[in-house]
This record gives sequence, C-alpha cells and structure tokens, in this order.
Amino acid sequence: MDLIQPLALVGGLGLIFGSLLAFAARRFAVEEDARVETICDLLPNANCGACGFPGCISFAEKVVSGEASVDSCIPGGKETTDNVCEVLGVEPTGVDAKKVAEVYCLGTKDVAHDKFEYHGVQECKAALTFGGGFKACSYGCLGLGDCVRACPFDAIHMADNGLPVVDLELCNGCGNCVKACPRDLIRIVDAERIGKYVPCSSKDRGKATREACEVGCIGDGKCAKVCPQEAITVENWLATIDSEKCDDCGECVPACKREIIKDVPKVPVHH
Amino acid sequence: MGGILSIQNIRKGVNQCMSERTFVGGIHPSYSKEYTAGIPITSARPPSQVIIPLHQNIGAPCEPVVEVGDEVKLGQKIGEPKGFVSAPVFASVSGKVTKIEPYNHPLGNPVEAVFIESDGQDTPFEGMEPTKPLEQLTVDELKTIAKEAGLVGLGGATFPTHVKLAPPPETSIDTVIINGAECEPFLTADHRLMLEYADDIVYGLMAFMKALGAKKGIIGIEDNKPDALQSMEKAVSEGKGEYDIEVHALHTKYPQGAEKMLIKATTGREVPTGALPMAVNVVNQNVGTAVAMTEAIKLGKPLYERVVTITGPGISQPANLMVRNGTLISDIIEQCGGMTDDARKLILGGPMMGLAQPSTDVPAIKGTSGVLILTEEFVEELPIDPCIKCGKCLEGCPMNLPANFIGSASEMGKMDLAERYGAMDCFECGCCTYTCPAKRPLVQWIKIAKGEITASRKK
Repeated sequence: MDLIQPLALVGGLGLIFGSLLAFAARRFAVEEDARVETICDLLPNANCGACGFPGCISFAEKVVSGEASVDSCIPGGKETTDNVCEVLGVEPTGVDAKKVAEVYCLGTKDVAHDKFEYHGVQECKAALTFGGGFKACSYGCLGLGDCVRACPFDAIHMADNGLPVVDLELCNGCGNCVKACPRDLIRIVDAERIGKYVPCSSKDRGKATREACEVGCIGDGKCAKVCPQEAITVENWLATIDSEKCDDCGECVPACKREIIKDVPKVPVHH
Repeated sequence: MGGILSIQNIRKGVNQCMSERTFVGGIHPSYSKEYTAGIPITSARPPSQVIIPLHQNIGAPCEPVVEVGDEVKLGQKIGEPKGFVSAPVFASVSGKVTKIEPYNHPLGNPVEAVFIESDGQDTPFEGMEPTKPLEQLTVDELKTIAKEAGLVGLGGATFPTHVKLAPPPETSIDTVIINGAECEPFLTADHRLMLEYADDIVYGLMAFMKALGAKKGIIGIEDNKPDALQSMEKAVSEGKGEYDIEVHALHTKYPQGAEKMLIKATTGREVPTGALPMAVNVVNQNVGTAVAMTEAIKLGKPLYERVVTITGPGISQPANLMVRNGTLISDIIEQCGGMTDDARKLILGGPMMGLAQPSTDVPAIKGTSGVLILTEEFVEELPIDPCIKCGKCLEGCPMNLPANFIGSASEMGKMDLAERYGAMDCFECGCCTYTCPAKRPLVQWIKIAKGEITASRKK
C-alpha cells in the first residue's frame, strides 16, 4: 500500500505538467507553412549550399516566401524544380539541364613534373603556401584532394594517377569542388553538351609549359587555324574551345601535336 | 583552460627556483654548432653576377631606381622603398644592370629582382663616406643613417631597423637589448661576429641607445658560447664609456633568441599579446644589425653583405662567409667544396625556423643567416598520426599556447576557433612540432590558420 502515495504523486505531477504543455502548445503555437516541410522532403537534402542558402530547409523556407527562385536547386535539376512548382502551384519552369563538374588539367603524376618533394600537410591549400606548390606547372592540379573532401555527393575521387575524376552520374554540379580548388581547375558545365575541349589551364609560355608538363597546352594555335567553326581561341598560350560554336567535327584533334584535345565527357545513359 | 593555467603556475614556480636567466617552455634540440663555431669569417669569392630581389624585408617592397643597361657602383642604391615600413636595397658589385625581372626568392614565390653583371672592379659608390663620430651625431641623423643604409633585423625576420628606432612619441624606450643568443641550431654567424667584431657591436649598441634615448643596454648571449661572453664582456668594459651596458649570460634553450623570450629573460618583462616589444619600453636588435649600424656610421657602408653560416652534414667544407647580397646559393655551395653525395635538403636559415628551398638557384638576401644542407639521415618522412593528447606541445610552447587545439582547429578548417585559442600569438618557433610524438605538422597548420585569419581581418 506504500506504493499508492508515490504513484499518485508522480502521476498527478505528470497530469499537471502534461496539461500545461498541451495548453502551451495550443496557446503559443507557431504558424508554419506546411509547404516548407513538403518541399524540404522533395529536395536532395545534401545541404550542399549550391542554391546560396545554408542547407535545404533554409532554401525551402526562402522558396516558399518567394525570396528564392524555384530553379535554384542545382543538384535537384528539372525534376526537383517541377516538384517544387507543383507544391507551390506555379507553372513548371524547370529546364532539363544537368550540370556537372569538369577538371581542366591533364597533369597526371607521370607526365607533370614535380619541382621538389613535399612532406607537409596533405592538402592542396596547405601545399600551395610552400614555394607556390610542388608542381613544376604553376597552374596544374596538386592532386591532394581538397575537391574530393568538399564533395557532398561523393562524386569526385582521386585516381591513382594523381588527378581527380568526376563521377558524372553522381555529380550534380553543386560547385563545392570549384570553390575548394585553390587553383581554379574545376568548372561547372552543361552535362549534355557535345564537342571537344582542352583540359589544361596553363597560362605559361610554351617553353615553360613544355618543361613542366608533357601534356600541357603550349598555345601554338595550330588547332585554331584548322577549326572551320572558328570556335577555338588562344589566349595566354592556352587554347579554349567555345562549346556554343563547336560542332564536334574533330578537325582540331589531329592538328594538336600534344594530343590534348579531348571529347567532352558523356554522362552514362541508363535504359 | 583551467588546466593550462595551473600548468603555467607550476612551471612559473619551477622557473623561479632556477638562477639562470631564461623563459618558460622551450626545447633542447641538438645544437650542432661544432661544424663552424671555430671557423673565422672569410669573404666569399666576389660573384660574377648578382641577382638582387627588390623585396628583402618585412613590409613594403622596393621600386627599382636603375634601368637595364645602367652602370652601377658598389653600394649604390638600386631600389627605393615604397612605404615607411621598408628598406632600400643596394648594388653589391659594380657593373652593368642586365635585367630586371622576377626571380626565385627564398620566401617562395618569385619576386622582381635586379640582375647585375660584375665588372670585377668593385668600384665604390661616391656616396659611401664616413659620417661624424657618434658623439657628434644627433638622434635624427642616426635614424636617417639607419634608414639610408637599408638596415633590417639580421636575425632573420628582416624588420626595418629605422622603424624600430622611431617609436611613437608617447612610448619611451629605456632598454636596448642586443640579441646574441643565436639559439637556432647549426648557425654560428652571430657567434663569430661576437668574437671578431665585438667592438663594433658595442659601438652599434651605443648608437641605438643614443637614437632611442635608452638608459640601459643589454647584450644577451646563451651560455653555450663562453668565448663570446668573454669577448663581449671585454669589449663592453673597454668601449662603453658613460653608457650603462651589461652582458647577460642566458640559459641555453631554444628559442632563447626570440625577441619576447629574450626580453623576458633579460628584463623579466612580458610583452602583451599582439603588441611589439616597444609596449614594454624595450627595443631588440641583432648583433649583425649592430655591426651593420657601426659600419654605416664609420664607413658610410650600406647593407649589401652579411655573414652567412654555410653548414650541415651535407656540405664538404663548412664555413662562415661574408656573402654579398644577391649571390646565388649554388655559387656559395660550390665555393664550399660542393654538397656531399648524400645531401638531401637545403634550408636557408636554421633547421627550426629556416625555409627549405626547392632549388639552389636562389639569391642570398639580407635575412639569409645560414645555408644548411642536411643529409638523408636527417630528412625523414614520417606519417602524420592523430593527436594523443600527451600535452608535450603545451610544455614546449614558449608562448603558452595550446598548439594541439590550434592545430586541430586549423586542420578542421575552423579558423575562428583557432583564433580564439590564440593562433595569432604564435611566432612559429617550431617547438610544438619538434616535441610532438605523433609527428603532427602543427606549425604548418597554425601558419595556415594565421594566413586565413589575417585575410579575413582584412576583408
């Protein structure tokens, strides 16, 4: 019988606090737009920050309040944009344009020479503070993987040859790797584009590039001369192909003695 | 932080029991001074070409005042400073300016440099003339001499000397300390100066004291250099006149020659965080700077050469050489019989705070105190292990900073946290990295943090 008193006491306290909480929940309820949660569920929830807001929930709030554009979610692509439009009851505006990251360096360990041995912190940013980086090329990839660590989708990996490889299926073009690369070697491009590109960023003179790397663009302009579309420009000893003008004819490929004009990577298609 | 505070208190207590003058923390690396300590200073072979960088000091770089094709004379000014915190640079040979373009620099990135081809004559510049004796020089004249001779701190930090001689009007300097600690392992340039140029050091100190109106002068020397102590004592007793100058024997411990540690050891004063030694009414000058000041007064000679210790197990004939500004390190190494077959690493400066170089094609500058060549045996690449929280870095840090926490915060990219732990107070002496059993590159992480914090403060 000794149990009754404590049970009643604890039970009674529970009842009182419970009712207080129930009252408070109603009385001080925060009006929340149910669409925020619905939209948040539709988002990739990788919190990559590509939309410019700190995380998916924040983007959902902003898109509901009209502060963010419906198509700001880059990793979500057209599908997410259409879903968001549906929830908000607006006309779907999503254009199907998957974006992916592309690495503009070909300097693998065996072809791009090192200036010296580097024994310090294994991060690109850290390595760059010492003698301007250990690579002989002052534009090339250091291969220590700052981009790999920055990717929220596990879409970029360091290959054994010392260059990062983008998994085009997993990559959503959020651009975190672009921000992480201290040498600005990664660009976000249209995944569906066709044509050729020159995966090099060396703005050194031809001679310096030759000394530093066996596959760097020396900017001799031979590719530009043969291009029927006039899509190739050479500036700072570096050829750039305008993807708008390039029709993938391939005339430039044999003109390049360095053999560095490549097909743009294609996203694998699944049926 | 309570734990750290209590460690500090215990260590303070221990320190007070010791009679020798020193500071809290620090390490005892192998000093390895035997390579060159007994070798007198000799002049290096006059170079056939010099490459003189236009940025050789902390602060602003210089602008060239000569053009390609110009004939220059030994000691002629070739670079005029762009700001107050800067110092001019001078031709170290007579000859013709062949190029002005960026060239390798000991600090890493290429810097605009003046290439001069020597005519082998060493024709001195007409402006190099003795000034008046110290008694007749005014305070302003002394400051101008230091500025016009391009004097910078020759201990390695290369802070312009004339800035140190011009404290703000509300600050009065009562003590000038001459740094003869030379705590960096291997280096003996300052040691040799104290043996061979003792009178000039005392004269330079008196010039600094006069320029600053300081009553007291102290020469601090680590007690592993008894001959230098003796030599300086003798020079002081003979040359000090009415000046109040003392020679202090300091406990041999790295980094005894760091300015804040030296001030603590000699005067007992502690420089507040983020402040300069001026805040505790002290100015520090290196022995090399004192000699350069004397030469600027007595000979009118600007700073175009300095003593460099060429040392280490990787060099055939170690030496203390008077090296002209802009001489290529490869040239100096060649004069010293070249490198041994197992040479592996080149460091400019000492092994603790010096900078490893990717190439020997780099010019000697005002801050080059040593050329250290290490062999295979000294260069080991060890894996970086996680912190085991042993606290050795806390014991080693002369600034009482939690190097482990700052390092980890920086590793995680949390620079705000690193700043709160005091990253900006670190002067990168390397004691933490030296003692760390997990071989964590703490100093590098702290350097990265300092860089990012400075960049974010500028925004």
